Amino acid sequence: MISIKSVAHSYNANSKISFKDWQINKGEPWLLLGESGSGKTTLLHILTGILKPSNGEVNIDNTSIYQLSAKQLDQFRGRNIGIIFQRPHLIKSLTIEENLKLAQSLASLPTDNYRIDEVLSSLAIADKKKAYPSELSQGQLQRVSIARAVINKPALLIADEPTSSLDDKNAEAVLQLLMEQSGLNQATLVVATHDKRVKDAFTHTYSLA
Amino acid sequence: MNALKISLKNIRFKPLSSALNILLIAFGTGILTILLLASSQIEDKLNNNSKDIDLVVGAKGSPLQLILSSIYYIDFPTGNIPLKEAKQLSKNPYVKRAVPLALGDNYNGVRIVGTDSNYISLYGLTTQSGKLWSADLEATIGENVAKEQNLKVGDKFNGAHGLTENTDVHKENAYTITGILAHQGNVTDDLILTNVASVWKMHEETHEHVEGDVHDYEKEEADAMEGREITSLLIQYRSPMSVAMFPRMVNQMTSLQSASPAMESTRLFSLIGVGVDTLQYFAALIMFIAAISVFVNLYNSLKERSYDLAIMRTLGASKIKLFMMIILEGLILTIIGTIVGLALGHLALHLIGHYQESSQARLTGMIFIPNEIYILLAGLGIGIFAAIIPALQAYKSNISKILAKN
Repeated sequence: MISIKSVAHSYNANSKISFKDWQINKGEPWLLLGESGSGKTTLLHILTGILKPSNGEVNIDNTSIYQLSAKQLDQFRGRNIGIIFQRPHLIKSLTIEENLKLAQSLASLPTDNYRIDEVLSSLAIADKKKAYPSELSQGQLQRVSIARAVINKPALLIADEPTSSLDDKNAEAVLQLLMEQSGLNQATLVVATHDKRVKDAFTHTYSLA
Repeated sequence: MNALKISLKNIRFKPLSSALNILLIAFGTGILTILLLASSQIEDKLNNNSKDIDLVVGAKGSPLQLILSSIYYIDFPTGNIPLKEAKQLSKNPYVKRAVPLALGDNYNGVRIVGTDSNYISLYGLTTQSGKLWSADLEATIGENVAKEQNLKVGDKFNGAHGLTENTDVHKENAYTITGILAHQGNVTDDLILTNVASVWKMHEETHEHVEGDVHDYEKEEADAMEGREITSLLIQYRSPMSVAMFPRMVNQMTSLQSASPAMESTRLFSLIGVGVDTLQYFAALIMFIAAISVFVNLYNSLKERSYDLAIMRTLGASKIKLFMMIILEGLILTIIGTIVGLALGHLALHLIGHYQESSQARLTGMIFIPNEIYILLAGLGIGIFAAIIPALQAYKSNISKILAKN
C-alpha cells in the first residue's frame, strides 16, 4: 500500500543518507524508531511529500507522489496524509472548528460540519468547538491536532514524536488515542519516535541505524 | 475558509497593530483627499467666475486685489475710479462690453453690487422668482442669499456701509427685493445685485440738489458725472487683438490700472501652489511611512507564523495560496485605510467649509471627483508594495526546514 524504494537524500555533497526499502500494508501500524540525528525527520518528510528525495520513489495508494506536480502534491498531501506534529501548532487566530474547516478547505474538500462534530466527539472535545487554541490545555490541543490530522480520512496517519514530552500515563493515553483513531478512520498509522516506551504496542518496527 | 477569510481573521487577531496601520494610511489619504478636493474646487471657482471676463479696470493698487474684489468678491476694492474715465473706456473700440461695478455696501456680510444690465448678459442671469431689478433701490438676490438670509420677493432690507461689518447702517433708504436669481453655480449665487444709482443714493449727502436751480439736463448730467465714482469695470474684448493693445493703453494713458483675471489667477495659484506642494509631499511621506509600517507588521507576523504557514502547506495549501493570503492581508489593511481616509478627507473639508466665513469661496466635502480613483489606486499599490516581500518569502519558504527546526 505504502512503499519506499531505494530512497536516498543528500543535503549537500558530503552527507548522503540512504534508507532501506519499506513496505507498509494497509491498516498495519508501524513504529519508525531512531535516535535524534538518525534521519528520522528526513524520512518522515520524504514519506509525507514535504521533502523530495535525491533518489528513489515513494508510493502511496498506487500514486508515485514525487511524480506529481507541486500543486497536485500539495492537494494529495492534504487529502491522503494526516500529520500529527510533536507540538499542536494550531492557527491561533482561528477557533477549533475553523481550524478543522481550514484543513478541509485547504485539501479542496467541501466543508462538512457533520464530520467535524463526529471527529471532535470521538476525541471528547466537542464542547471546545468554538474556543480559540489559547483557551485550551496542552492535552486538549494535542487532541485537536489529532482531529485535524484525521478530519479528511487520510490513507496514512503519521505522528512525529507524539509521546516524547509526556509522562508514562499520558504517553500511554495518547498512543491509545492514535490506535483508536487510525482504526476508526481506516488510516494506516506510522509513529516516529525515539521513545522506547511505546515499543511494545507495535508488532512492526522500522529501525534507523 | 478561503484565503480572504483567513486574512481577515489574521487582521482581527491583532486589532491594535492593524488599527495603527489603518490609521496611518487613513491619515495620509485624508490629507491627499483634502488637497485634491480643495484645489479642484478652488480652480473650478476661479475659472467659473472669470470665464467671460478678459480684463478688470480699477484704481491703482495691487492687481491681484483688484481681481479678487471685482471678480471673486473676496478682498477689499483698491479704491474708486471716476465715472467719467470709466465711460470713456467703455466707448473704446477695443471693448465689446464694459460692466460697471459699484461696491462698498453689504447686508449681513453679503456684498451689495451696483451694476447695470450688461452684468446680466455677462453672467447670463435669469430669475427663479420675481424679476430683475430695474429702478433705484430695487435689488435681485442670489439663490444662496435667499436661503441663508431667509429673504423672499417683496422683502425690504437696509444695506450697511463696508463689506463685512453691520454697524454703519444706511437707515434712510431700504432696498426692495424684486427677484431671486436661478441657481448660477458661480459667485452671483452669493450676491445682492442692484443698479449703480442705488449705491450712489446711499452715499448721497454731498450731492444734494440745490433748490431752484435751472434745469439744464445736459449740464446736470455732466455735473453729476463729474463727482460720480464707481469701483471698477469688467471688460470683454471685441477681438483677440485687444489683448495686446488695450491693457497697455489703460496703464499708460489713464490714472487707472488694468488686471487680467487669467494672469492674476495663475499668479495666485503659483503662490498657493508652494503650500499645496509641501502638503502633498507631507501626505506622500505619511503614506510611505504607512506602507513601511504595514510591511514591518506583515514581515514580523510572518516570522511568528512561519510554522503556521508550513502547517498549512502540509494540510494541502499550495504556495500560491499562501502568497495570495499575505498579499490579501496587506491589501485589506490598505484598502480599509484608504476608504477611511477618503471619508475623513471629505468630512474634514466639509467641516472646513462649514466654518469658513467667506461664502464666495466656500468649500464642500459633498462633491466627489473622478481623480479620487487615483487615491484608491495608490492605496492598492501601497498594499501590494508592502506585502510583496513577505508574500514572496512565504511562497519560497522551505517547509521541510521550518518543520525540522521544531
